[in-house]
Amino acid sequence: MASLITCPHCGVRPKEEFTIRGDAGPVRPAPEAKFAAWDAYVHLRDNVRGVMKEHWQHSGGCRRWLVVERDTFNHAVHSVVDAAEFAQASAAKPGRKAAPAKPAKAASKGRGKA
Amino acid sequence: MSFSRFSDGGLIDRSRRIGFSFDGKRFEGYAGDTLASALLANGVSLMGRSFKYHRPRGLLSGGASEPNALVTIGDGETREPNLRASMVGLREGLVAESQNRWPSLGFDVGAVNSALSPFLGAGFYYKTFMWPAALWEKLYEPAIRKAAGLGRASHAPDPQEYEKRWAHCDVLVIGSGPAGLIAALTAARAGARVVLCDENSGFGGRLLKDRVEIGDADGPGFAASVIAELEANPNVRLLSNTTVFGTYDSGVYGAVERRDGAGSGPAQRVWRIVAKRAVLAAGAEERPLVFGGNDRPGVMTASLMRGLANAQAIRPGDHVAVFATGPSGHESARDLIARGLEVTLVDARAEIPAVELAASDGARLLAGHVVADALGGKAVSGVEAVNRASGERLRIGVDALAMAGGWNPVVHLACHRGDRPVWNADSGMFLPPKERDGLMVAGSAAGVLDLAGCLKSGAEQGARAASELGFKPKPADLPASREACGGSAGFTTLWHVAEARGKAFVDFQNDVTVADLGLAVREGYGHVELAKRYTTTGMATDQGKLSNVNAIGILAENRGLTPDQVGTTTFRPFYTPVSIGALAGEHRGAHYRPVRRSPLHGWAEKHGAVFIEAGAWMRASHFPQGEETGWKQACDRETLAVRASVGISDASTLGKIDLSGKDAARFLDLIYTGKMSTLAIGKARYGLTLREDGLLMDDGTVSRLGENHYLITTTTAAAGEAMAHMEFCAQALWPELDVRLASVTDQWAQITVAGPASREVLKRVVDADISEAAMPFLAVREVRLHSGLAARLFRISFSGELAFELAVPARHGEAVAEAILEAGKPFGIVPYGLEALNVLRIEKGFITHAEIDGRTTPGDLGLGKMVSGKKDDFIGQVMLSREGLQRADREQLVGLVPLNPAQRVLAGGHLLEPGAVPSMASDQGHVTSSCWSPHLNSTIALAMLKRGRERHGEVLIVWDPLRGIETEVRVSSPVFLEAPEEEPIAAVREYAPIAARDGGAPDLLDGLTVSASDRVSLTQLPDAPVCLVAGPMAKDAAVRRAAKAGDGTIRTVQPGQALVVGEAGEGFAALAARLGASADLSLCDLSDARVRFSLSGPEAAGIIATQSAVDTDAKLFKTGASAPTLFGHVPVQLTRLGKDDFEIMAFSTYARDLAESLSRAIRLLG
Ligand SMILES: [Zn+2]
Repeated sequence: MASLITCPHCGVRPKEEFTIRGDAGPVRPAPEAKFAAWDAYVHLRDNVRGVMKEHWQHSGGCRRWLVVERDTFNHAVHSVVDAAEFAQASAAKPGRKAAPAKPAKAASKGRGKA
Repeated sequence: MSFSRFSDGGLIDRSRRIGFSFDGKRFEGYAGDTLASALLANGVSLMGRSFKYHRPRGLLSGGASEPNALVTIGDGETREPNLRASMVGLREGLVAESQNRWPSLGFDVGAVNSALSPFLGAGFYYKTFMWPAALWEKLYEPAIRKAAGLGRASHAPDPQEYEKRWAHCDVLVIGSGPAGLIAALTAARAGARVVLCDENSGFGGRLLKDRVEIGDADGPGFAASVIAELEANPNVRLLSNTTVFGTYDSGVYGAVERRDGAGSGPAQRVWRIVAKRAVLAAGAEERPLVFGGNDRPGVMTASLMRGLANAQAIRPGDHVAVFATGPSGHESARDLIARGLEVTLVDARAEIPAVELAASDGARLLAGHVVADALGGKAVSGVEAVNRASGERLRIGVDALAMAGGWNPVVHLACHRGDRPVWNADSGMFLPPKERDGLMVAGSAAGVLDLAGCLKSGAEQGARAASELGFKPKPADLPASREACGGSAGFTTLWHVAEARGKAFVDFQNDVTVADLGLAVREGYGHVELAKRYTTTGMATDQGKLSNVNAIGILAENRGLTPDQVGTTTFRPFYTPVSIGALAGEHRGAHYRPVRRSPLHGWAEKHGAVFIEAGAWMRASHFPQGEETGWKQACDRETLAVRASVGISDASTLGKIDLSGKDAARFLDLIYTGKMSTLAIGKARYGLTLREDGLLMDDGTVSRLGENHYLITTTTAAAGEAMAHMEFCAQALWPELDVRLASVTDQWAQITVAGPASREVLKRVVDADISEAAMPFLAVREVRLHSGLAARLFRISFSGELAFELAVPARHGEAVAEAILEAGKPFGIVPYGLEALNVLRIEKGFITHAEIDGRTTPGDLGLGKMVSGKKDDFIGQVMLSREGLQRADREQLVGLVPLNPAQRVLAGGHLLEPGAVPSMASDQGHVTSSCWSPHLNSTIALAMLKRGRERHGEVLIVWDPLRGIETEVRVSSPVFLEAPEEEPIAAVREYAPIAARDGGAPDLLDGLTVSASDRVSLTQLPDAPVCLVAGPMAKDAAVRRAAKAGDGTIRTVQPGQALVVGEAGEGFAALAARLGASADLSLCDLSDARVRFSLSGPEAAGIIATQSAVDTDAKLFKTGASAPTLFGHVPVQLTRLGKDDFEIMAFSTYARDLAESLSRAIRLLG
């Protein structure tokens, strides 16, 4: 039927108003970065069972790109922030990594419910 | 003695007779009857035949779980099979038919299967029809399908209409028995928004069926008083005949409201209910007992027999037996004795509590006995009881038999999210799992079996739901209640009667017996999931609602385990079957998906266009004339005319994106492979975008309109993807850049005028110097037409000829196209469609998404020069340099010409060297596009060929095994026609200028139902300018300030973007001036890109709920509130202008489609 996502700009909306892109963790490398970094950015993704952050666009609403933190196992949505805010916040963090931070705690929680 | 009707009592209205038919025979019932009760009142207890053995069957449980009394309702197109007779409210003229019998219900040839039953046991499908496999399709399956199976659907299109609606509430209460009623009342009194659903036609659940006292009222009286209070509360929505069929993520529940026979409105309505909390008060099913012949018509659950007697005054006969393992048998006996029947109570327990004995006082009691077999044929005639201690058997003649085998809480909706119910050995029941996502369970569904306990449990859960949401519920003042065995709730578990002689059914609908389950265990299929598939227990339309718990108990006994060790199978939606029509709602036929109409749609239609679907668009395929019979003749003529003189076509469907902001040029450099920042104002450039993996995403043009102002065009096919991609780049990748993107696809009618005479034609319409010097290739100009209209002129060509694209505000499109057609008459102008456009571009080797197929690079398509080597960074730059994407043996774009020009070559065919065996290894490439070129008098094709650019002249085979074609072709340059050498055609004389008529806003509601009395009315709002004010996110306050200066309402799209509406009749320029926006904000004219509708009246919010999930509750979505949302599949901006007054701002190309959807919803209000 639906699941609900709370857009930070529009409020609670059904998932039909959104379009999913995928893992929001990988950060676009600098053009001069090593090829391996580009390969990882373009091709390598974790198949997370548990909490992960993903890019979703509120394509049927405000059209902003968002970062939705959700549990791929039970579909619970933990947080939603604007993607610009997310990008600027992670750019501000020193020593940012191209790979997403492992959501180890939440993932094991999800696994426990299997 | 058969079933009949008591002359008095019950909740039926004897003054309202209702005529109906069953298997062609006419009967009468009363208001308040279900089809099942009306049949019983008429002495019809045989209602169906079983699935496998075709055994005669009657009503068994009577509720949503009813496995036997399945009927087909309606005839002809509206025929709906497999409906439970107990859930069909009686209505005048109802036509019902029994199923799964031939030639008649009374005499069914298929019943011979019963005699063959030794061969039809568990797993017979797997064992019997193994070999030869070929016979499956031809013999076994059709034979089995004919013999087994349930009802048959109509094969005609369903003429009924269906609707979907959203509902929002604080507390959803599922079930309106004692627990549900009190839960709803408690939450509603605390101020919560409540939705109360019940799958039956009346509210009250068991209160309508059991003789109880609550305070000084009886059950029905108490239910009526609670419902009256709830009805008067504006925060409460009561939905009867509404089954909540599924629990979904984030507190969304699906429900189907059956309105069949309501006279007007949709036949069924699917509700998507967004609930912060839910109270599941679905009650419990009485557990059938498993003994010989327990499926004979006349054997039913005790609660059904009791409910029928009390509510519909159904008399089961003179003498009935009640087979009990707990107090509900005694309660039922009491109600039947009170109705003057002779009752024999067979109780499996040797010791029976005094309170139960007192309740059933007057019954003949056989304590410590079980019913081993029900006797009789098409109806029960007696029972054989066995003394469990002595083994002594005794036969008793009875007219009906009631089974009271304990209770199964209806926990399904609490288990749809993946949790399993929990076995409670003390009570002998599977209880709901731990709470999840605000779904609480109350009353019998939570295992509470007595009335006082149910009321208390409902009050507690209702209060808890409300208080968790911040409401302050008052402690419920529960009235005292009395029922027959009050306080005695437990029962003894009896999985099956070992003393049975006849077939003892566990799953009635799929004919699974105790013996079948035993066989499954012996053959190694004892696991609950395996046993289900092997025996088919629980796999029928009732999904084992009655049978699963008994099956688990019997498997446990056979395997020496406890029921919790055996476990349950997985619970999934749907709780009961829901028709596909209801789930589809309005999205079927022409409204399967939204239709987008170009602003030139009407013009093309007028000139005889044949349309084809292209994505969401309807596009003109060709314009047949005179004697032309097929598309090809028209296409050839149009193609030749364009190259020889001039043609006009519609390019409005191209994606058009308005780009502004001080970093616009930098942004374009990051998006496109070429350097766009060097583009001069007034010039356009062809561009390619890549995906980050280096492969082509799309092609299109970029025009620079001002210092920081660009217009981007994308292909029609990739318009949506391209916009989302650019938004991703702007918002997620480079949020520090100041860029604003606005889709202006709907704003402009884009008219292509192509051919050597195109300049001469346009000269008559455009009031500007468009000579080669003033308007060279790739020039872009703001121009005025002779009519005075401001327009944009582009010297762009997608057909390789001298060509222009003229963009005018959408509403003027048809008038301007008409003027161009008039201006082109002396030159023999023709309108041309998609087919001709395709030929024109293939002849020139221009690519489309047939070539940009997600595997090709710019180099592959001969466009390597468009990739700038001078830029630091652009999307796809790094990955494009990969060795694999630069290899010399990649497939490259070539042309193909068959040696025999008349032979066909079709896209998808593969290229092979002559004599090569077709294989992956010998594959040389494939054909991407093909057509007949009337200029070359030959088939031509574009293809991707390994090392193609060095292979021009080579002869290859196009191998097309799907169509059985093999064609010898010669490889050529993909450019089949070189640029014309002759000069463009100049007019032999000066023709007079032509001024286009003024285009007005089209009437989008023409021919539609736009009002339902005074409940709702839909109007198209008067023409007023619409402006998108956009700035960086940080300038949101300034954007809002400017937006407020429009009509006073701020229509926020996103932070930094708002839509502004001016006054009716005002021009865009006047509005823009009035906004007083600072220079760093962009103002984009969307006056022609949007259409505004007004929806007003008390039902306006209801109509909106058929389209959008936005909660329009007046407290949350106040006057002046505005939100972008989806209406169906179409994006709109929804604004509340007043209490019952909404503005719906739609994209103009979707506006008619949206108007049709709204009109349909209004029409269904009746
Ligand atoms: Zn949003």
